[in-house]
Amino acid sequence: MEGAWRGGGLDKEEVERYARQLVLPSFGVANQRKLKESSVLVVGAGGLGSPVCLYLAAAGVGRIGVVDHDHVEKSNLHRQVLHAEDQVGTHKAVSASISMHRLNSTTTVETHVDGFRPKAALKLVEGYDVVVDASDNPATRYCVNDACVIANRPLVSGAAIGTDGQLSVYNHGEGGPCYRCVWPDPPASGSCQRCSDHGVLGVLPGIIGTLQALETIKVITGIGECTSGKLLMFDGLCTGFRTLKLRGRQASCAACGPEATITRDTIAAYDYEAKCGGPMHDRGEGACLKVLGKDRRVSCSRLSERMEEAVGRGGDRDFVLMDVRPRPEFDFAHLPGSVSLPMEDLEEAASGGEGAGLGAYVDNGKDVLVVCRRGNDSQVAVRRLEEAGVANAFDVEGGLQSWSQTVDPTFPLY
Amino acid sequence: MVWVYLQFGGGLETLFDSVKSHKVEIPSKKKEGLSDRTTVKGVINYIQKKMLKKNPEMFLKGKELRPGILVLINDIDWELGGKEECIVENNDVVLFLSTLHGG
Repeated sequence: MEGAWRGGGLDKEEVERYARQLVLPSFGVANQRKLKESSVLVVGAGGLGSPVCLYLAAAGVGRIGVVDHDHVEKSNLHRQVLHAEDQVGTHKAVSASISMHRLNSTTTVETHVDGFRPKAALKLVEGYDVVVDASDNPATRYCVNDACVIANRPLVSGAAIGTDGQLSVYNHGEGGPCYRCVWPDPPASGSCQRCSDHGVLGVLPGIIGTLQALETIKVITGIGECTSGKLLMFDGLCTGFRTLKLRGRQASCAACGPEATITRDTIAAYDYEAKCGGPMHDRGEGACLKVLGKDRRVSCSRLSERMEEAVGRGGDRDFVLMDVRPRPEFDFAHLPGSVSLPMEDLEEAASGGEGAGLGAYVDNGKDVLVVCRRGNDSQVAVRRLEEAGVANAFDVEGGLQSWSQTVDPTFPLY
Repeated sequence: MVWVYLQFGGGLETLFDSVKSHKVEIPSKKKEGLSDRTTVKGVINYIQKKMLKKNPEMFLKGKELRPGILVLINDIDWELGGKEECIVENNDVVLFLSTLHGG
């Protein structure tokens, strides 16, 4: 009687592979088949996208599209577990595809290597059943949402930074709000924390991304109750989850309201970077600020010369080297003899607040050379020092990033 | 006077010494014909006057709360209540939340 068995539409290989969730009464073969027949677009193959991709591929989702525009960097590895050491330098979407294929060769993986752009957004989203927002910047989040609303696709949205996370399913279910209904205005750009500047504990996006994979499976199969119309907040420091009840769909919403202004015809030309809080990436690179004139700036090689001249004089420096980065960054690497005065403390000292004031840091008339990570904050600091009466303050151009690139390659780039 | 828990999340806590939860006593306003009452508007007013030390533009737009900040009273979106006219009572939790972006 070989080959005479009957089942729910899965072959032997599939039944054996997915057996542990097939035996689950709340799941079963019909839902496994739904996963197999479904397609999911994952926007961002980073910290959130990693567990999303891994768990959805492992669970048997039939087709997964991965969108990214970046390459794997060393500083990604602590949280972006899709990528391994030997994949540093590989395009993230490609690297994601390799990892998913290794995990489940029966899942079809499609890579979209140009990132998520307004022009291509709608077409991309329309090619999949469910969309997962695992991006890292507000402009992309608004763009993904708007495309999902227009294409009528559910959006499983997650975010994580520092030790905090948020999760919600938007544009799904009866009266469920879209991202724009809940967050009609992007946050103040200064309060918008980026992983590249603010930091993130590696496991945090792992937790939120894993929850996104769960919600995606629930959206596809219809089991349980989705986090639609709700926002799940996670506080990693006290290991606390909290579910907040959100408003429903808003009539005033520019994306999903009856008088929506962002439509099939307008989305491609919508300027997300200008209207939704900054660039559509979080590379956090480059010194772009120009606050000071040339006479207020010194190069890293000039700083190096002055440091060596001082060594020649037996260590007697004729300048103060002030490092204005946040303390954790100073703690893991700084230049010899530099004094730490983080921007916040500098502001406090310069405005004559509590504490010793600037006198404790500037040394009777010596030049003050100010250094930071990339050469932006240091310029602001020099300006602040000037206002507080320190006339001979100079910015070290390009910061420690430039120091590592032009003077001392052993200094860590981060 | 009412005692309420003021909480800040999604990065807003950085405006308040990175402390996420504050228990504060907020004065109530007497309205004619009504008993003492404190509204969310009063709470925002209190934050502006007593708690917000730096970068007020990240929390306020003029005297109003900055658009883009979600307010939840006892974990429920204030849009589902009376927005800034919502009455807060003793031991209520008023959460001001910004959206996170990292990923």
